[in-house]
Amino acid sequence: MKFYHFSEAPYPFLPDLATLESLRVDLPNSYYDPEKGADLFHQRLDEWCLCDELGINIMLNEHHQTPTCVVPNIVVTGSVLARQTKNVRILELGNPIANRRDPVRVAEETAMVDVLSRGRLDCGFVRGVPMEIAPSNQNPTQSQSRFWEAHDLIMKTWTTHDGPFRWEGKYFHYRAVNIWPRPYQQPHPPIWITTSTLVNAEEIGRRGYVCATFLVGFEQAKKIFDAYRKGYRESFGCDPMPDRFAYLGFAHVAETDEAAREPAKKLLWYMESGKQAPQWNAPPGYMPAEVMAALSGKSRTADFRRLDVDFQIGFGNFFTGNPDTVVKQIRKFHDEVGGIGNLLLMGHAGYMTHEETSSHLKLFAKDVMPQVQGLSLPQTKAAE
Amino acid sequence: MSAFKVDGIELTGLRSGTGVPVLMLHGAGGPRSILATCERFAKSFSVIAPTHPGFADCPEVDRLDTVDDLAYLYLDLLDSLNLHDVTVIGFSLGGWIACEMAIKSTARIGRIILVDAVGVRFGGPQSTELADLFGIPPAQMSKLAYFDPKYAPDPAQMTDLDKLNAQRSFQAFARYAWEPYLHNPKLRQRLHRIDKPALLIWGKHDRIVDADYGRKFCAAIPGAKLVVLPNVGHVPQIEAPEKFDALVADFIGGRAIAAE
Repeated sequence: MKFYHFSEAPYPFLPDLATLESLRVDLPNSYYDPEKGADLFHQRLDEWCLCDELGINIMLNEHHQTPTCVVPNIVVTGSVLARQTKNVRILELGNPIANRRDPVRVAEETAMVDVLSRGRLDCGFVRGVPMEIAPSNQNPTQSQSRFWEAHDLIMKTWTTHDGPFRWEGKYFHYRAVNIWPRPYQQPHPPIWITTSTLVNAEEIGRRGYVCATFLVGFEQAKKIFDAYRKGYRESFGCDPMPDRFAYLGFAHVAETDEAAREPAKKLLWYMESGKQAPQWNAPPGYMPAEVMAALSGKSRTADFRRLDVDFQIGFGNFFTGNPDTVVKQIRKFHDEVGGIGNLLLMGHAGYMTHEETSSHLKLFAKDVMPQVQGLSLPQTKAAE
Repeated sequence: MSAFKVDGIELTGLRSGTGVPVLMLHGAGGPRSILATCERFAKSFSVIAPTHPGFADCPEVDRLDTVDDLAYLYLDLLDSLNLHDVTVIGFSLGGWIACEMAIKSTARIGRIILVDAVGVRFGGPQSTELADLFGIPPAQMSKLAYFDPKYAPDPAQMTDLDKLNAQRSFQAFARYAWEPYLHNPKLRQRLHRIDKPALLIWGKHDRIVDADYGRKFCAAIPGAKLVVLPNVGHVPQIEAPEKFDALVADFIGGRAIAAE
């Protein structure tokens, strides 16, 4: 099993969250103090550099127009870390290619990060959460089909080495695509795609990519991975290896269960800050009309948002306690979902300090990883 | 059940009545908001009221995703029905479609009525002349649409099918009007091509596109007349149906209109 450390790199120094209606799209950036912001960026990057020493892989993401994640371009953090680290893998999860206006630029920038890191890049493609639609202003009714056209174009860009090709698609138009540099890994970096639905999981399975799902709990994760298996078997005629699966949960390890509890609670800022106005949360067409009509104003995320560490442990979203406790939680998760090769661990959020996150990372590497990294070792052979 | 077949596409909607042909083009809310008007008009006119692909019960068509596509679709519909001297009445988004049709060809069009129409921008990049219906909580939408909230549909009275059709319509609206938002940047410079009598009917209290916007729209169409109705928002046919019907009947009948 491989482990990745993740932080959204949030900017938490805001008024009481209860007084804010929305932290997405429309919160004025006057709340952002660039000096404090600089400190935060360096702390997060220092933590990812520490991961490189400890042998924990790095996971990065991006969002737009929100204090919950102040990295607006995954390539920026990816570039810094491709240069500053030497050992571990760097997972960009992911590039919001349905929202990007220029997929060829994604292909060439990502190829450069892959070269700079000497082939340590895992490249994630995401459709982007609904709140990302307004900042990019891409038509939400077309985001699924734009996603796949952008994907097809990027893959063609990475794997074409005999000079320019033309692309006149539905959404993207290029005269002569011919990127320099090309990717370090051949034929291209491993592809990861996120999903929370069974339909998409099956499609990702048919393509054999790594399927990542976030904070959906044991039950839904198992269903998603089963849907993936179905699609994978259709294309490849065999079951996928566990390295095709990834799950994101929260993690905080301390010397004792008790000592882990207070820092662990700080991670729930991620849930607490997930506030957004309905027009940003549910742009028309992002989800099928049938789903929207059935919801009719009901929240679809109430359970997952509960600000309760014990609840979240029971749900399958939290790995926290002393090292042995966390080992048990990881084994349980692994068994519940039918085997999983990649655990993505949010080890920093909100007001958690650099010291708390660093202490967690060191303990995780020393006392947890050695006990669980042997789980689900078989790797997919073909580069997919 | 389909009411029209054109270009190999089956459209739902309403075809009813005899007399002067009137093409009724509904707005972003879907066919609901003009249904009662269509039924009244069918007593005097031959009403042709297709539901735009993707709205309410009308299936989406993959290759149709711009208002321009809808304009060609309905020009083809007039051809296939071999209609002449058609009165095109476009409500809001339907007014945009009507303009896109008329700048292409008025060969089958006799006159045009635009009701609180959209589709054009007169201001600069930061102008908010077109209220952003995708940038407000959905619950606020009917507050913008109606002068008197009592006319707004009551969500509590909606059946599951109504809710589904409303969602389908909202999504179809986004499909056609998301970006550039609610307008075609080229339309304004082409409006001079409209060479048939045009009447613009506007709600004085329209909070989606206000009466000043209506005045600019009117000035951009040669010879067009504007009537602004008091105590009406974005939906005159619902908030002032008698005045609305009388204006339409007078305009089609060639009688004088007391315009601004």
